[in-house]
Amino acid sequence: MTTTRSVEVAARAFEPAAFGAVLVREMTLFRRSWRSTTFAAVVEPTVYLLAFGFGLGAVIATLDGIPYVQFVGTGTVATAVLFSSAFGSMFDTYVKRYYMHTYDALLSAPVDVHEVVAAEAVWFGTKAAVYGCAPLVVSVAFGLPPSWGMLLVPAVGLVTGIAFALFGIWMSAIVPSIDAFSYITSAVLTPLLLVAGTFFPISQLPQWAKVLSQLNPLYHCVELVRHCVFGLRPLADLYHLGALLTFGALMAWFAVKRMRAKLIS
Amino acid sequence: MSTEPALSLRGVVKRFGSLTAVDGLDLDVAPGTCLGLLGPNGAGKSTTMRMIIGQTLADAGEITVLGHPVPAESKQARALMGVVPQLDNLDVELTARQNLQLYARLYRVPRGQRDEAVARALHMAQLADRADEKADKLSGGMRRRLLIARGLVHSPALLLLDEPTVGLDPQIRGDLWALIDRLRTEGVTIVMSTHYIEEAERLADDVAVVSLGKVIARGSPAELLNRYAGAEALEFYGPPDRLAAVEAAAEAAGLPTRRTGPAVSVLRAETASASFLERNGNGYRRPATLEDVFVLLTGEVPE
Repeated sequence: MTTTRSVEVAARAFEPAAFGAVLVREMTLFRRSWRSTTFAAVVEPTVYLLAFGFGLGAVIATLDGIPYVQFVGTGTVATAVLFSSAFGSMFDTYVKRYYMHTYDALLSAPVDVHEVVAAEAVWFGTKAAVYGCAPLVVSVAFGLPPSWGMLLVPAVGLVTGIAFALFGIWMSAIVPSIDAFSYITSAVLTPLLLVAGTFFPISQLPQWAKVLSQLNPLYHCVELVRHCVFGLRPLADLYHLGALLTFGALMAWFAVKRMRAKLIS
Repeated sequence: MSTEPALSLRGVVKRFGSLTAVDGLDLDVAPGTCLGLLGPNGAGKSTTMRMIIGQTLADAGEITVLGHPVPAESKQARALMGVVPQLDNLDVELTARQNLQLYARLYRVPRGQRDEAVARALHMAQLADRADEKADKLSGGMRRRLLIARGLVHSPALLLLDEPTVGLDPQIRGDLWALIDRLRTEGVTIVMSTHYIEEAERLADDVAVVSLGKVIARGSPAELLNRYAGAEALEFYGPPDRLAAVEAAAEAAGLPTRRTGPAVSVLRAETASASFLERNGNGYRRPATLEDVFVLLTGEVPE
């Protein structure tokens, strides 16, 4: 114990080793909890899909030239992504910071706040990308014709998932108590979910709502998913991707800033 | 051994709103020694600990850890330091071994050396036979040992222990003292905050008494005893007027006193004159302790 290992810790802004170690922690824990997490993440959107798809599908045959069940099936991908990223990270990050003091422990090691935030967001984004495919798989089982473009859906889920995970981390750092999440859920996330073109096209909405929906990151996710499945539109899709990346960059900035303020006093 | 201190704090100040938690604290810790930061609750010990690891930012002053200025090079400093927090923040869903493996990785122990480092830390904390149990299945004492092992997995040059035995049974406390003592003999520099006098007395080479965010006395337990309390104390019991009379007589004789509950202790009793003893009776004679020094210096009324 008398000899100290010389440790290579770079004064670099972002160290992959620190990021990777935090990610490995999540993966190790996930090996214990994947059953319940996966159950919730797959069953919830599937219930939405079946209820809307078959319930409303009986009334509405097609929307925008797509069979309604397939319209909802693709839209529900975004629902699944949102559930496992924003909802998951909001509660999980709060519990880890406030009740379990996990971040105090991590930050005692040579790891900085932005590396922790990045690892958490990438982890939630990855789960969102995987779980986001569940409604798509269910839809294919119910007759959605498979296409090569579907292989891009996890990538859309990853980008959207990381951005919304960062949103959740930011929220977890600014709420006065864990109870306040119900305001965010009902006042922010649920409206975002409903006016994203998930269950009905936004073309049905009044003009002002159509304009506003351009500011809804989830709308861009839904559009990208539909285009992946039914045919890409390069120019429009670059715009949607750009919007998601901008949202993600903004959320990263807020998440790191507020988490740092909470963890380093 | 280099003469450069392992840890140095110069004029460190930390305010929380109108409260000054740390008020111009100076501290040097020589490599290979165990320093006890002794002080009542609220003296600024935990804030000082958090500033050393860069989780609390000082408003003024300089902190240097193993040659690295903090917070500028906090990350490099943390890589060389082990931290054992007061609050148990183990990953309770993971086994003891998994907890240590994670921190071996976080502390950048090279892949090929991780298993060995984990095995050594488990052995050191006497947890080798419980390595594959989940942390929340371990007893309070074992969890505390695991927390210490986690701070040691990368063989740090400096170990910070924040109230290492707070809230534990005396038997378990003795167990942990043995562990900390082993580390000390192996040459790890230790900074340990505590409000248990006995803990500092047994483990610390050097004690810094902290009160209201300042170091108010510094020295080995023996030096502090010698300087402030002498070798023996006389304890007097009785009704309040009797205690007040003893205090007055001691003051007249130039002897320090301290109150503890129903008793008054006259310190430096070995120097008390025969007439003092004749007038006040013999009381109960006992060796002076660091507790006498502590109460004398930090005041009798808890804040």
